Amino acid sequence: MAAHGGSATALTLGPPEAAEQLRNALAMGAESAILLETDGRDWDSQATAAAIVEATRGGGYDLLLFGNESADSGGYQVGIRVAHALGLPCVTGIKSIAVENGVATVRREAGGGWEIFEVALPAVLTVKEGINLPRYLSLPGRLRAKKTEIRRDVPTPVPGGLTKLRLVVPEDEGSRVEFLGEGPTAAPRVVEVLRELGIG
Amino acid sequence: MILCLVEPGELSLEALTFARRLGTVRAFSIEACEEYAPGAWAAAIVQLIERHSPEAVVAAGSDRGQEAMAHAAARLDLALAANCISAELDDPMTVVRQRWGGSLLEEAELSGRVKLLTVAPHAIAAEPDVAEIEVEPFVPTLSEADLAVRVARREEPQTGAISLTDARVVVGGGRGVGSAEGFALLEELAALLGGAVGGSRVVTNLGWRDHSDQVGQTGARIAPDLYIACGISGAIQHIVGCKGAKRILAINKDRDAPIVARADYAVVGDLHEIVPAVIAELRR
Repeated sequence: MAAHGGSATALTLGPPEAAEQLRNALAMGAESAILLETDGRDWDSQATAAAIVEATRGGGYDLLLFGNESADSGGYQVGIRVAHALGLPCVTGIKSIAVENGVATVRREAGGGWEIFEVALPAVLTVKEGINLPRYLSLPGRLRAKKTEIRRDVPTPVPGGLTKLRLVVPEDEGSRVEFLGEGPTAAPRVVEVLRELGIG
Repeated sequence: MILCLVEPGELSLEALTFARRLGTVRAFSIEACEEYAPGAWAAAIVQLIERHSPEAVVAAGSDRGQEAMAHAAARLDLALAANCISAELDDPMTVVRQRWGGSLLEEAELSGRVKLLTVAPHAIAAEPDVAEIEVEPFVPTLSEADLAVRVARREEPQTGAISLTDARVVVGGGRGVGSAEGFALLEELAALLGGAVGGSRVVTNLGWRDHSDQVGQTGARIAPDLYIACGISGAIQHIVGCKGAKRILAINKDRDAPIVARADYAVVGDLHEIVPAVIAELRR
């Protein structure tokens, strides 16, 4: 980003505590931050996307970056819904990006190889872990983050079509492990098992 | 009628199995354009819904399945339940879907005139006879806009390299491997078994392996016949990536490591002694 003379805004939707993540983003170099504050209840993908569209529309952003999927809910769709509502092109699951002359060349893994897309900015991209390694938080960065004011909006969720009823812990299947031995002396037994499985 | 999207591969057989449990299935493959364009697939799904008025559309939880269904959901302003493992065909529909990569399950209500679902990969066993379901090719009518985002070019996988997701055997390494060089041993074992090498998040973050070799919630979800986990403790995020394996063999110093409890077989001890002994035994 610095290479292109741009600036970045970090945005998240969540309870007041989510401001902590925004402070981290500010400490890493984002210039500004927006918290779409909720009362802690789950928002489904449709409501989340609508609130992000509302907060970013007209913001003049060249690039909207999302995670490909959230670690918790795993809906795989918020970035796509935002792109659709804003009429922007969208590539998901990317692992590298290069911007030149207003065109982003992005790559994503597919079947052991790579699919390469070229999209004109403004665009929405959703990234997978491994695209880069976040830098460490520096002390000056932390101090700057503390002083930066976070913009807080309190959106109203639009009604969506997926409603959580409850969470359930899947039944533990119980251990079925067979110990084949200890140390290198177990090797013959390991190979026996491999051959029983038709391997090796 | 339940409409099921089919693409090549095992995951679509799981999706067909899931769809058949809901009702009468019609299966379609999308014949949109030479190079993959998410918008073209979304247009195809929208047109299939208009033409056939299904009660639900089911797709595999593959990269394309998730992406195309999300685009279609956005176009139709319908909800999409991703990574489902079961569902009841009521209105609203009750679905059980994976969260945290499957370490937690969510029961949810899905409403809307058509229910859109993707099926969690490797969570339900494909019934073999679903392969006999007739798959009808569907050619959508496309606009320029549908093709605006499409694959410009491809880099094919290196010839001879076995990909993690296709390998029959995966040899995985964790912190216990000790260094990038330590993986040479695992490479040797994998080569003897015709397999691929993967790693935990720790080893990719340490730079011992490329990120593309990561097995786990944020890496590859593998489903080999055998996964050999060497020096991997088995954090839940890693288990999410390897639980599709038919069998797991854990090689670990710690007999109480979580991976051992999830394994079918375990050898307790130092992988730096055990793996060379196994290699020697295989070569005998």
